[in-house]
Amino acid sequence: MNDKDIRALMIRQLGQIAPDVPFDTVDPDADLRDEFDIDSMDFLTLITALGKELGLSMPETDYDQMRSFVGLQRYLSSHVT
Amino acid sequence: MSQFVMPSLGADMEDGTLVEQLVAPGDPVQRGDVIAAVETQKGAIEIEAFEDGFLDRWLVPLGAKVPVGTPLAMIRTGDPPATPDIPQPKDPAVPPPPPETPQPAEPDLPPAVPEDPPLAPEPPAPPPEKMGTSHRQRVTPAARRRAAQTGFDLSALGGDRVISLDDVPSAPTADAPKPLSAMRQAIAAAMARSKREIPHYYLSDTIDLTAAEAFIASRNADLPPDARLLIAVLFIRATARAAQSFPEFNGYFEEEHFSPSAAAHVGMAINLRGGGLVAPALLDANEGNLETLMMRLRDLVMRVRKGRFKARELAEPTITVTSLGDRGVAGITGVIFPPQVAIVGIGTPGWQPMVIDGQLVARRVANITLAADHRVSDGHRGARFLRSIIDHLQQPEAL
Repeated sequence: MNDKDIRALMIRQLGQIAPDVPFDTVDPDADLRDEFDIDSMDFLTLITALGKELGLSMPETDYDQMRSFVGLQRYLSSHVT
Repeated sequence: MSQFVMPSLGADMEDGTLVEQLVAPGDPVQRGDVIAAVETQKGAIEIEAFEDGFLDRWLVPLGAKVPVGTPLAMIRTGDPPATPDIPQPKDPAVPPPPPETPQPAEPDLPPAVPEDPPLAPEPPAPPPEKMGTSHRQRVTPAARRRAAQTGFDLSALGGDRVISLDDVPSAPTADAPKPLSAMRQAIAAAMARSKREIPHYYLSDTIDLTAAEAFIASRNADLPPDARLLIAVLFIRATARAAQSFPEFNGYFEEEHFSPSAAAHVGMAINLRGGGLVAPALLDANEGNLETLMMRLRDLVMRVRKGRFKARELAEPTITVTSLGDRGVAGITGVIFPPQVAIVGIGTPGWQPMVIDGQLVARRVANITLAADHRVSDGHRGARFLRSIIDHLQQPEAL
């Protein structure tokens, strides 16, 4: 899976969790949870979906690297084999 | 034979529209089976059978809006019907479904009309007098203004007399100011009732969450995301535990007296995207382990976000927890959801300096509040109840 696929997957999953937030209005460097107005349950749902799809465990201790859209995308790209 | 009635859907809902009949006449039903769905201001609610038997017949057609307590179906208890294929007589007593009215507003809440309704575009200049018509329609200024605001067509009234304000329907027919959404009306009704009837008192304290967060972190460390716990389950479980020791905060105040509940059905305030909130219950929040409670919380939030939950979950919370999560502000003091008598509010956790054993240390803390009903309890017991929740959170492994 290349960077473009990962990005598409993220947009799709975020679209399911926050269908009311158009992707082109968010700041990809800002806090994902603020940008998409998602709470800790939504974030867990997102991590669960991405982890399943990509076969990653995405441990909580790595959450700090996943705070922005760009950060999460970078994290996924560097962990997907 | 017994009646299956529209159950209570919470203090703020008096009726619902039957939108799904999930069991056919002659089919077996078991206690707990979802046999119907009802549309309410808060979304679609699934209604469960309360006894075993067979569905005899439906008494209310699909699409009918009926008050709480209305018999929806007949349940035959005991043996299966002797002749399962009794031809279903068309019941003449059952009225046809009322025409679909896309009007969510309840009649008992007037639509919110701003004091100065935005004027509709100036009424088109009176149409030029048709040449040859006998006389010009005479309309009072007030009537003309209302017609302009509501889009009412004055020419429909004819021209044989003076048209006054009373002749023009006040119900806006076009470009109406938006009435409150059904959800907002339900919240407004319940919260206004709460503030009118419940003499609230308020207490607050600080929870040291260091132990609780460490517990969650070590539990989750080796677990895949779908098995991880959120700290919210500790808040819910700790509240349920404390509620069992302090029954005057767990139950219903109805008809001038308080009935404590043996079970702790902890309502969880859940924010909805697009506005509004609901606070359905995690039933029997004292039972099962934390993993089970977390699974049930996930399932509940998922269903709530889709606008679908069970009648019991909405009608039966015995106490509510409202938690601001990790992106909120320091504190929240809730408004009690009648007929409950207490609500616990938990702010967003953060770092704060604390003095422990004479040392200044940085700890993870959150503000916690209790709003409770003075008709049932006083601040002294309230303080002990709140302290009990905090104490339970200091021993998360025992939750």
